[in-house]
Amino acid sequence: MKTDVVVIGGGIAGLEASTALHNLGHHVILIEKKDILGGHVALWDKLFPNNKNASSIIHYLKDHLPQNLTILLSTEITNISKRNNSFFIETNFHQTIETKSVLVATGYDVFNAHLKEEYGYGIYDNVITSAELEEMFKNNKPILTKQGKEPSRIGFVHCVGSRDRKINNLYCSKVCCVTAVKQAIEIRQKLPFSETYCFYMDLRMYGLNFEELYNESQEKYGVTFIRGRLSEASETIDGKIIIKVEDTLLGRPLKMTMDMLVLMVGMVPSAGTSFLINKLDLLSNNGHFIASSDEHLLANYTNVNGVFVAGTASSPKSIDDTFADARSAVLAIHQYLTSQKM
Amino acid sequence: MKSFQYLKKIDRTIDYDNNDRALFYYLMRVEPTVALCIACGACTATCSAGNFSTLDLHKIMLSIRRGEKVYIAKEITQCVLCGKCQLVCPKNVNTRGVILQIMSFLQSSQL
Ligand SMILES: Cc1cc2nc3c(=O)[nH]c(=O)nc-3n(C[C@H](O)[C@H](O)[C@H](O)COP(=O)(O)OP(=O)(O)OC[C@H]3O[C@@H](n4cnc5c(N)ncnc54)[C@H](O)[C@@H]3O)c2cc1C
Ligand code: SF4
Ligand code: SF4
Ligand code: SF4
Repeated sequence: MKTDVVVIGGGIAGLEASTALHNLGHHVILIEKKDILGGHVALWDKLFPNNKNASSIIHYLKDHLPQNLTILLSTEITNISKRNNSFFIETNFHQTIETKSVLVATGYDVFNAHLKEEYGYGIYDNVITSAELEEMFKNNKPILTKQGKEPSRIGFVHCVGSRDRKINNLYCSKVCCVTAVKQAIEIRQKLPFSETYCFYMDLRMYGLNFEELYNESQEKYGVTFIRGRLSEASETIDGKIIIKVEDTLLGRPLKMTMDMLVLMVGMVPSAGTSFLINKLDLLSNNGHFIASSDEHLLANYTNVNGVFVAGTASSPKSIDDTFADARSAVLAIHQYLTSQKM
Repeated sequence: MKSFQYLKKIDRTIDYDNNDRALFYYLMRVEPTVALCIACGACTATCSAGNFSTLDLHKIMLSIRRGEKVYIAKEITQCVLCGKCQLVCPKNVNTRGVILQIMSFLQSSQL
């Protein structure tokens, strides 16, 4: 198979870019390793900051996919190499695809919460991740503790796997602060008699309507924000969790019992992103996400001529930022392919 | 005799499970702007009484949610109700209203 561009990863970045590149007249092959399209967004329920249904985005993207776009599902890349000005991609179905350019849209994985042992994920009954809570919302599962009770006190722990030198992730994952606010509101809507707490280091409400959502969480839902990083969590005999934290705004230690603890897991480069960094000798940012050639002027270019990057493969991003990035990658690839054709 | 400087250790921990947060729930009903505080500290910085006393309104705002009633009762009497805190509050918390409601709550409840 020969093509102009191979888009690797069928999340929102890959879908948006594939459609746009096809519509600009380029021959596109989209490779997705899972058997469904949409990436992480296909797993989420309601989105911050405006409560939009995540599935409406996926439906829109799928509805607008060109009829004759080649999409390879359940396809893993086993090897990728560059010869002259072409890339050769081998897949688990023993196909070889020759392409003029590659768009890396392999996204992120959520941080593996087992690595922060002190929070008890995988050890205590009622410690879950934000991604798991989101899937409970999505599948309309009742919010219950392992013991089968409705939780009356739920804590959200910010920055799990981010801003933490101990696990070598110094960066901020950007979306978890506002996700905590969103999920705390949703818990209060589903369990009106519950109390929700956010334990944060800084609240990063950088985006449009984020601060407003934070305000609403206080005004309408009485969410309590406590500045302090959880130092440890321990389990009681009946499966509750006792947490210790320094209430840094009051300068005093605080102890409280929780029924459920939600860890706001950050983003790490996905296994696919790391694989491609390795195979294509791409530069990365401090060993993490793929580095842009220039963060302002050449954001979607990498150090390898013909390899482009879009979405969360290059840094943590929200959905709107991912879309903007994917569209700008399309322009970069379009320029690259047109200059080659001439 | 040699003194080893032993002190009686006062536990400073906020014992959230056992604290009584009735004041917070009362204020949420009668002066809901209390929930909007982001603990920025502007009120404390401008406070007339704070210049001459230990009054620290932003700490009182935080203590309301934590159920630290004894601290609030002790400190709130120093307020002279001038209202400067309200002028500077970025979240438009009706601070004077909160303070007046705290006073009336404390008066009608036995500590
Ligand atoms: C808990 C949580 C909640 C969130 N909620 C919101 C929200 O409400 N609003 C918002 O704006 N943002 C939200 N986000 C952020 C949002 O998930 C991302 O912005 C979005 O998923 C980025 O899309 P992407 O295409 O870059 O990556 P991804 O969604 O990770 O997609 C990458 C795709 O590439 C595929 N892939 C990976 N490796 C390979 C490979 N080797 N070969 C082929 N395919 C591969 C993957 O299977 C996947 O389909 C949330 C994030 C988290 C963690
Ligand atoms: S967005 Fe918030 S929770 Fe996430 S890493 Fe940044 S500061 Fe921490
Ligand atoms: S009203 Fe009370 S708390 Fe507010 S500035 Fe005046 S003295 Fe300080
Ligand atoms: S000025 Fe307003 S928001 Fe800031 S600490 Fe005081 S009451 Fe809270």
